[in-house]
Amino acid sequence: MKIQRRDFIKYAGGLGLSGFIPSISFANAATETRFIFIIQRGAADGLDIINPRFDKNYFSLRGDMALKDDEVTMLDNGFALHNSLTNIGQLYKDKQAAFIHAIATPYRERSHFDAQNILELGSGRAYEFNAGWMNRLMGLLPQNKSTEAIAISETIPAALRGNNKVTSYYPSNIKAPSDDLMVRVASLYENDPLLYDLWLQAQQTSKLATGDEMENAKEIGKITAKLLNAPNGPRIAMLETTGWDTHSAQTARLKNNLKQIDALVGQIKDGLGDNWSNTVVVVATEFGRTAAANGTQGTDHGTASCAMVLGGKVKGGRIIADWAGLSQANLYQNRDLMPTAQMYGLLSGVLGETYGIEPEKVAANLFAAAKPDKIIKGIMI
Amino acid sequence: MIINTQDTNFIKRFGYGKGLNNLNFANNTKPYLPEIDESYSSDFPNMIANYFAAQKANDKDKIGEIVKTSYGNFIAKRVGLALAAPIGFHERLVHFWSNHFAISVDKRVVTFLAGDYEFSAIRHNINGNFYQLLMAAITHPAMLEYLDQEKSIGPDSIAAARAADKGKKIGLNENLAREILELHTLGVDGGYSQKDVTEFAKALTGFAYIKPKQDTTDFSNVGKFNFIPQWHQKGSVVFMGREYSQNGYNQPDAILKYIASHPATAKHIATKLARHFCADDPPQALVERLKNTFLTTNGDLNQMYEVLLNSPECMDAKYTKFKTPWDWFISSLRAIGVENLDARLINRAMKTLGQEILKPEAPKGYDDIQSAWAAPDAIEKRAEISSLMVAKFMPPATPVDIAKAIFGDTLSENTLKIVSRAESKQSALALLLISPENMRR
Repeated sequence: MKIQRRDFIKYAGGLGLSGFIPSISFANAATETRFIFIIQRGAADGLDIINPRFDKNYFSLRGDMALKDDEVTMLDNGFALHNSLTNIGQLYKDKQAAFIHAIATPYRERSHFDAQNILELGSGRAYEFNAGWMNRLMGLLPQNKSTEAIAISETIPAALRGNNKVTSYYPSNIKAPSDDLMVRVASLYENDPLLYDLWLQAQQTSKLATGDEMENAKEIGKITAKLLNAPNGPRIAMLETTGWDTHSAQTARLKNNLKQIDALVGQIKDGLGDNWSNTVVVVATEFGRTAAANGTQGTDHGTASCAMVLGGKVKGGRIIADWAGLSQANLYQNRDLMPTAQMYGLLSGVLGETYGIEPEKVAANLFAAAKPDKIIKGIMI
Repeated sequence: MIINTQDTNFIKRFGYGKGLNNLNFANNTKPYLPEIDESYSSDFPNMIANYFAAQKANDKDKIGEIVKTSYGNFIAKRVGLALAAPIGFHERLVHFWSNHFAISVDKRVVTFLAGDYEFSAIRHNINGNFYQLLMAAITHPAMLEYLDQEKSIGPDSIAAARAADKGKKIGLNENLAREILELHTLGVDGGYSQKDVTEFAKALTGFAYIKPKQDTTDFSNVGKFNFIPQWHQKGSVVFMGREYSQNGYNQPDAILKYIASHPATAKHIATKLARHFCADDPPQALVERLKNTFLTTNGDLNQMYEVLLNSPECMDAKYTKFKTPWDWFISSLRAIGVENLDARLINRAMKTLGQEILKPEAPKGYDDIQSAWAAPDAIEKRAEISSLMVAKFMPPATPVDIAKAIFGDTLSENTLKIVSRAESKQSALALLLISPENMRR
């Protein structure tokens, strides 16, 4: 996992700008409740994160790649958690983490870029409009006009864009190239296997070049907590993570990414201290990955994945899953985990219960373009 | 063959890609001839004289200044011409041959000779025959210095005898002889042996250039080729089974004429041209046609170019070339309408991209195949330079209009989609420059 790929400007060996550059965008809302949305850009593999050990088809579909017993920790109902997620595993034990499986946005195709756009806009189609659901959420909350918004990245992710005032925080010692450019390169190369593969490799290499990703992830967690703790600070934040597009060497890459997102969450929780009890974190990805392994020890673009809801107010220690099963006949288009839960339904439920607004009202205001008919309720205390 | 303005694909494959400043130009039936005024004055003799004077006085600052100015002027001119040519086929040929007869500014003395080398030895001879071009290249001071010919003295020459009297030993240096055979003409499998290399090296002794004389201010001949009989190895040589017993310059010249028209040379040149203009692994039929043309026309280069232009393989979509950094850089600048670039910027960019101008690591020049350039790092570097270039040279046209004008029919739906959806104009243009369409030709 890489929290934004801003580490590519190293001009002509001269300016020597490199390194991890975080991207956290904040919105201010006059409430003690903290809401954090962590997007996993690149399509995280739900099956290896919240692992359906009870479904024997998982093992045949994944073959050598299937997670071993010692790589997971059993949860409930036959599901297990990837062992890299120790902090999140502890949250589950403490009943502060709920996992929702087989979840997807309304999008049913397989372009990262379009899918992320939909997940961020809360739309039915990519580029349907410009404002994101997090920005619309602010409109539903009482605004504290005295507080300036804070910026941590030069650009604001689509989920936060819109009429309500949002800024971002950005460390001054690091110069950001166009975020937009970096985000779009992969889709630019999606029909070009050579360039696509080179680009992926480049991303991996620059990770190595940027030093300790783990330390960076922790640092972001600390910064996020610090900003959300500030008396007049923001109460809504979005964090972007990348590196989930595991077409090859999934085992190692996923492990690495999960460790980092786990460290990130751990730091946020520790940093928030008492405020963790007022905090809810949603972790979600644009779509899942193929149920079967591909030929390169990885998985390709799929449909449903998992989402996580974490925090002091979460009615946790639960896995919410309407499991269609991984037999060939039950897969979506014979290849992907069948989506049974709606991403907008989850968000409507979580946000409604978090802020004390009717979930239906949230759905109508935030996700009108593709209103969920199955709102997940009772997820918050 | 008539090349018109609308022929986006042709310009991409044979030239340097459409230029935003050259969207319309007159039809061209002989695009291998110069399209624009290519005159360039490097003030060459005086520069050499100044260089040697500074060297003699051990004036390091002066040497540094001469080297920097001459190389800087040269690369700015090189880029300027490549950006100004409407098609750029002639420019591409200049750069192809300059890389075939590679020199490297890695060697300091070559740095200030490089500009004159490419302009007078290469550029002015690429529309003649191969022998002429070969001779111009290997007798230029840049090549003589780069491949150490200036140090090669016949062991049985007058100069060697004189040196021996003084207790000094001087002798052969095979460097130029070997590279002429291996790289410039016959090719590595061209049928010559180590003994042939040594014999050829003997024949080449005496190749030198005129250096400034002391106590004179007339430098007009400085830098010109000079055959020094006193350096030349006495007696005949046996090269590839034939005896050459001519006296003086006629001996190496006879060997050079022989190898310049040898079938192995024809095949070597045909393969390299086909590789450059068609595919890394060029179709054999194309190579054969080029080779036969070379042999039947006595190495008439324009005839070779005609064959390329009229070969359907070169326009066949199944063959593409991954752009070298130079290719990519020039075509990208053209795409966003840059007319001129400061030498410092060029140098920095080419250094970042990994292909400094006339600075290959070895005499074989820069590689001309995808695997040499299509590396993860290279892609990232191109993304980096794209961002910087569009930030610096933002054209007024919209990215979508530019994309359509530059790539015409070859623009893919996906690239158009990504470019049109980018968040900013800057981001859109940078994406266009690293799009698959602009990474290959």
